[in-house]
Amino acid sequence: MTTVLLAVALGFAAGVLSGTFGVGGGILFVPTLTLVVGLSQLGAQATSLAAMIPVVALGAWRQHREGVVDWRAATIAGLASGAGVAGGALLADALGDATLRRLFAGLLVVTAAHLAWSEARSPRA
Amino acid sequence: MPRVAPSVPALVGIGLAGGFFGALFGVGGGIVVVPLLILLAGFRVKTATATSLAIIGFTAIFGVLAFSVLGHVYWGDAALVGLPALGGTLAGTWAHRRMSSRMLTFLFAGFLILVAVRLVLE
Repeated sequence: MTTVLLAVALGFAAGVLSGTFGVGGGILFVPTLTLVVGLSQLGAQATSLAAMIPVVALGAWRQHREGVVDWRAATIAGLASGAGVAGGALLADALGDATLRRLFAGLLVVTAAHLAWSEARSPRA
Repeated sequence: MPRVAPSVPALVGIGLAGGFFGALFGVGGGIVVVPLLILLAGFRVKTATATSLAIIGFTAIFGVLAFSVLGHVYWGDAALVGLPALGGTLAGTWAHRRMSSRMLTFLFAGFLILVAVRLVLE
């Protein structure tokens, strides 16, 4: 029960953060699914992509209404991403959970640095 | 919209890179796609962010297909975090219009570092 409530709260937080900072929900979905729900790193990454679909669909629809989505570019890059996904998924599957987890920890540090750096550089509100 | 339509090879390259990164880390790939759309395709920040959401939609669907073949997608857990995130997205957009995010950004960055440490120690 505690696990479910914590997972729901962190899922909500992931949505808040994607709406606030423009980072995808995945950066919080993945550690929630490993550390709270108890999935393997690979299972968490696969499940995070599924969890992202409704969030991204809502975001894309709202941006579409504002007329700022370039659909030609999105369709070309989006279809091409399929081939990249195949490579990334096969590599993730081959790397093993411990390596994948350390790589993801590295991504968290890079994302944190990127957020802090962009914020420090932007003019004070 | 950019003044000149971005070239197909540039868009294909951006899609390949975003898809690879998104599937390898399970995050969708916005952190790669947004800067590439700005640098390689000449997009403005707002168009790049909006268009990257549409690209990530494709990436997430392809990712789910790929990982379903490999056998790792847990749909119940996906709904457990994904559906609350929908509500959070609306709340986040609302909050964004009302407060300065500087302190929040640094708090969030610090939190990510803590999670990274926890993951490595696990």
